[in-house]
Amino acid sequence: MQNHFELFGLEPGYALEPERLERSYLEIQARIHPDRFAHAGDADRRASMQWTTRVNEAYRTLKDPVERARYLLELKGVDVAFETNTTMPPDFLGRQLELREALELAQGQKNAGALDRLRSALRSDAEELKTALGETIDARRDYAAAAGLVRKLKFLDRLDAEIDAAYEAVEE
Amino acid sequence: MALLQISEPGQSPAPHQQRRAVGIDLGTTNSLVATVRSGVAAVLPDAQGRPLLPSIVRYSADGRVEVGYAAQAHQTEDPTNTIVSVKRFMGRGRKDVPYIENLPYDFVDAPGMVQICTVAGTKSPVEVSAEILRVLRARAEVSLGGDLDGAVITVPAYFDDAQRQATKDAATLAGLNVLRLLNEPTAAAIAYGLENAAEGTYAVFDLGGGTFDISILKLSRGVFEVLATNGNAALGGDDFDQRLMCWALEKANLPPLEARDMRLLHVKAREAKETLTYHGEAPLTARLSSGEFVDLSLTTETFCEITQHLVQKTLGPTRKALRDAGLGAGDIKGVVMVGGATRMPHIQRAVREFFRRDPLNNLDPDKVVAVGAAMQANVLAGNQPTGGDWLLLDVIPLSLGVETVGGLAERIIPRNSTIPTSRAQEFTTFKDGQTAMSFHVVQGERELVSDCRSLARFELRGIPPMSAGAGRVLVTFQVDADGLLSITAKEKTTGVEASIAVKPSYGLTDSDIERMLRDSFEHARDDMQARVLHENRVDGERLADAVRTALDADGDLIPAAQRAEIERLLAALRARLGGEDHRAIKQAADALNRASEEFASRRMDASVRKALAGQRIADLEH
Repeated sequence: MQNHFELFGLEPGYALEPERLERSYLEIQARIHPDRFAHAGDADRRASMQWTTRVNEAYRTLKDPVERARYLLELKGVDVAFETNTTMPPDFLGRQLELREALELAQGQKNAGALDRLRSALRSDAEELKTALGETIDARRDYAAAAGLVRKLKFLDRLDAEIDAAYEAVEE
Repeated sequence: MALLQISEPGQSPAPHQQRRAVGIDLGTTNSLVATVRSGVAAVLPDAQGRPLLPSIVRYSADGRVEVGYAAQAHQTEDPTNTIVSVKRFMGRGRKDVPYIENLPYDFVDAPGMVQICTVAGTKSPVEVSAEILRVLRARAEVSLGGDLDGAVITVPAYFDDAQRQATKDAATLAGLNVLRLLNEPTAAAIAYGLENAAEGTYAVFDLGGGTFDISILKLSRGVFEVLATNGNAALGGDDFDQRLMCWALEKANLPPLEARDMRLLHVKAREAKETLTYHGEAPLTARLSSGEFVDLSLTTETFCEITQHLVQKTLGPTRKALRDAGLGAGDIKGVVMVGGATRMPHIQRAVREFFRRDPLNNLDPDKVVAVGAAMQANVLAGNQPTGGDWLLLDVIPLSLGVETVGGLAERIIPRNSTIPTSRAQEFTTFKDGQTAMSFHVVQGERELVSDCRSLARFELRGIPPMSAGAGRVLVTFQVDADGLLSITAKEKTTGVEASIAVKPSYGLTDSDIERMLRDSFEHARDDMQARVLHENRVDGERLADAVRTALDADGDLIPAAQRAEIERLLAALRARLGGEDHRAIKQAADALNRASEEFASRRMDASVRKALAGQRIADLEH
């Protein structure tokens, strides 16, 4: 069975060209999507659904920076352990606490502008982490250190989702 | 439009094999059927030249069923047996239907879905919808001169699994071969995109009679990719009528009215609403059965004021959809307006203010969904696509999950995942010696299971007794291209397995469908056997053709012996097709399907490789 990178004809690595990934994805979809086999027999329709499901899953994984890194490390035999390893360096936790307090405040005051600022602060933190992640995986090949960065990035992702929820509360 | 290079050998039928395929917009208020002829998609009118079919069904004591304008003519005199807006009851329990107390029907709260007691017996919303679909099917067959090969049926994008399943069941009951359930805003995007060669990110704002959808799509090089969708499956023009009716009751100081007067007032409220689209003021008059005369006048200002909260209700989902797509209102190149209710001036205004641009109203909001569905049906049936080749990537609107401890919903497939999709999750036994594990499947975005829709409950039994935590059950959710869910659960150490199509708790069982089919045939004095034979022949011929073209194009992908076996089974199927034994045809088709499974998988694999090879050449040319 090919891995997700091979499926799209890409070199395994954290850095990838999003356009190239998308183009491969669409070229493949154009040939195997269930819409191409709606008039075919059961065997074709089933195979088409299974393959398209797999291609969608691979695309979703590679498109998302956290999932891509998690998957890549898995290929290297490193478990990121989102669920079991929740220890974070104190400075990182301190920063998270700060952002979280700002989030609660913004939500309490129904302040959409503050949410916007919070989101852009969070996203710039995330961008820094992604750059570091690319270096750690692709250049330094330090997969254990990379796992720590992925866990941090996942942390930020969760906070980002909470900002979405806060927007909803503010807009009500 | 620069298009993806898609034409594969063996996937397009020869020109003489033009297949009869239709798109059906099964709407809350009106339904339509459209088809592609000579490369042009058009709505098929009835014998009187009317394109719309009012989605109204009237049952009579003598078993007669009237559909459309004929039923509409009787709606105020016989409201309890004349079902309007049945779409609002599809896949819905009693507590889910808004204003149920204002409705004139005699509801029966059957498990999963309400049913309606009529003079002709108790009817499921699925059966009522099937009556509408039957009329459209007959209309199309007359117009196209023969049996239909298949149909695309549209559903609101925000329909959940139960509502989708109910719609598909209705189509099956009406004798249609469902090629695909297609989301209404996506259908509209196809029609709009192909007609205008649109490129960029668009929003489709679809406010119909009973449902609201907002979809954000990226249109690029012949690909229609849904980025996010949101909506409210119980918000539409009907709610504006309801509100207006309540206003009239209050204004005229009326006591609670009997069913026919309520229906009359509802009809008059709708007329007034429609008048306000083009005039600043509208009369709302009605002669009640008591002889009392209601004589009111409604201004645009009043109408806007009393329905402003309904307009506001469309904006929350719009914001959410944009956020899920990671976009702002300013990133949207155009807003395509769909559904009759978008004609209301204050809806137009709200959309204009929200997106800060004029909405696109250049397509007929009543017809655009059916037209897009027809284009998709044409492609799915294997005919030459209109406007070049294109690809559609749609999403699931609501997250799917299971109930965990404390009544919490654990998300397994998040909303806006591109379909088809599948996700697996492992669960462990929590008691020593536990031999069964039960699952409650839910759909929705809320944390509490009680706030989500319950789709099904099932149990995996036969787990060998082990210590707590040692039994590991892998639950796999699979959502197909129709957005329908099926689930398998498997104990990992022993391989004990259970699988269900999510039908039991919302929707009808296969035996229900069979019973309804039988009933309808007795009624129509049709011959069930003849129909099954016909269907199996059509399916068998389609399969034989598909396998033939596949063998001719890609036969070298499999070993000669395997190829010979498929050839043998293909010949066997062909031999059966001329016979009268529907079971023998089915068996031969099943055997051929089974034998060609590996061949099918190899062809997909080869297609993937070919896609990448084509790209590498394109890279070199760069």
